[in-house]
Amino acid sequence: MATAIARPCGDFKTSYRSDQTIFPTIASRLFCLAGVVLLCAAPFLFSKYVLNLLIQIGYLGIAALGLNILVGFTGQISIGHSAFFGFGAFASAYFNNRFHIPVFFSIPLAGLAATAAGLIFGLPAARLKGLYLAIATLAAQYILQDFFARANWFSGGVAGTIAETFSIFGWQADGDERYFYVVLAYVVLMYVLAANLMRTRDGRALVAVRDHYLSAEMMGINLTKYRTMSFGISSFYAGIGGALYAHYLQYVSIEAFSILFSIQFLAMIIIGGLGSIMGTLMGTAFMVLLPEAMNGLAQMLSGSVIDKMLGLNEGVSFLREMAIGATIVLFLIFEPDGLAHRWQQIKAYWKLYPFSY
Amino acid sequence: MDTHLLLQLTINGLIVGALYGVVAMCFVLIYKASQVVNFAQGEFLLIGAWICWWLLTKYQLPFYAGFLITLAFMMVFGLVLQIVVLRPLIGEPVISVIMVTIGLSIFFQALMKWIFGVFAQPFPPVFTTKSVAVFGLEVQTVYVMSTVVSVLIMIGFAWFFKFSRMGLAMRATAFNQQVAQSLGISIRQVFALSWGISAVVSTVAGVVVGIVNGVSSALSFFGIKVFPAVILGGLDSIVGGVLGGLIIGLLENLAHFVDTQWLKWGNLYEVAPFYILIVILMIRPYGLFGTKDIERV
Repeated sequence: MATAIARPCGDFKTSYRSDQTIFPTIASRLFCLAGVVLLCAAPFLFSKYVLNLLIQIGYLGIAALGLNILVGFTGQISIGHSAFFGFGAFASAYFNNRFHIPVFFSIPLAGLAATAAGLIFGLPAARLKGLYLAIATLAAQYILQDFFARANWFSGGVAGTIAETFSIFGWQADGDERYFYVVLAYVVLMYVLAANLMRTRDGRALVAVRDHYLSAEMMGINLTKYRTMSFGISSFYAGIGGALYAHYLQYVSIEAFSILFSIQFLAMIIIGGLGSIMGTLMGTAFMVLLPEAMNGLAQMLSGSVIDKMLGLNEGVSFLREMAIGATIVLFLIFEPDGLAHRWQQIKAYWKLYPFSY
Repeated sequence: MDTHLLLQLTINGLIVGALYGVVAMCFVLIYKASQVVNFAQGEFLLIGAWICWWLLTKYQLPFYAGFLITLAFMMVFGLVLQIVVLRPLIGEPVISVIMVTIGLSIFFQALMKWIFGVFAQPFPPVFTTKSVAVFGLEVQTVYVMSTVVSVLIMIGFAWFFKFSRMGLAMRATAFNQQVAQSLGISIRQVFALSWGISAVVSTVAGVVVGIVNGVSSALSFFGIKVFPAVILGGLDSIVGGVLGGLIIGLLENLAHFVDTQWLKWGNLYEVAPFYILIVILMIRPYGLFGTKDIERV
């Protein structure tokens, strides 16, 4: 959680309500609003390449937020998140292609479909915790992947499926510039929803389940209900993210949703910071930019001695995978609280400089 | 119904199951000694098999020399991995430890693909005769050898934990770390050694599978397949791991049989263990032999 360090002098909270606001200070609220406004101008400012990255950060960020609600806030581990992401992608395309439901409605419907799938696999989650749940979701990953390959009526099988573009009132969101606004709207909506969820009784119950489930149960929190609910919410976010992904690429193939993708989601929230909403976005940005950085590194070194020795150009896809693995390990050893924590520390450093005691 | 096929698949299942059992045993060893769920178990098989293959093909070493060097290397590898990566994480929450092993697994998988390529490479022939007859069925020599090796490893494990000093120290640590420490057992040594032994024994399994199917990144899938086996047997029971491995090996081959004979869904062989896994987790999450942990406040 965002710890209340280095608040302005004299800014004391006198009511529970003001203590629980999303933005602790006016400056932080303005900062966030300015960020959104600035992003609204992004299609006019940035190249298509940057926009593509931003859109990726958007839809992956939504799905990663779902995982963070499950892992960071409720303390349940899931290694099958990409399967639910994929389920949302296929479901949205399916609703649109088969029943001709407009994409505008099929995206939330895909979220609900993913929730249903999540709840089915979440049933064991009601009884399991920690390690056993991790293994159960691992099984869910393989079972759903197998389902995608098998269910021709749903996912188009091995051939994959086509998804229409997003459109509303005749406004077609084709092209990165237009689709960017769709993703941005969803990102803002989903992040505000999550931030608000954490201020409600349900959100606090989830955190209580994470911190000490026995004490939580003794305080009257229904463990089964909240564990299953958290699984459902997480799948809902994954489904929405997946649907946005499907209508962005306009083609969904079953190969995308492998276990490596699930692990990337986990990497995002660990790098960003478990149990931090803004951290999720930072972690997602990190994970999206990491492969690009690796490509850049390979290009920079191409032709040099190191390149000839290691064959960087052919190995760049492996280099990316290795970078993912190495970042997870290094972050867990050296920065287990993630980027969100580092960000807080940097802020505190500047605020208290030079008397940081 | 094809009885010949059924028999063939049953034997197949037992052979593969024995290998699953060996890997499951290594997994349980690490879990029991250091409470770490090792998602990188499959990579031990992978790395060991690739290194053995590399020594045998590149330097033309005889099999026994190459094999022994590989084992020695993997022992050091396991020890170093524990000391460098996992020791700093002692006392961290479960998710951190799980994620570190997942990170390691991805890292080494990609590294192996980078160094040795993505294609399966056949081992140089180790045995002169290709197959022998067992109960009237033609069984490849490597399969016979793999079963013999698996059984030998299991007997070795049993001896190690029953009679050797270090094995007893490990059991004591698994039982209660504090008491073990106060009796003069070095917990650090036990942790490190459990990783070393696990890496070595996994390598044996990896080399055996490599000789049968060729070495490729598919080997690391053993590390995933081991989960149904250990959950079925109980996470903290070595006997359970062996038995779970055998049962899962048999069941997946029987699923294959049912699939080819009646259902014709295809690919049931790959997924069946995971359905079994979900069912076990719902009915009996602590497995057949695992300790049921009861929490009191």
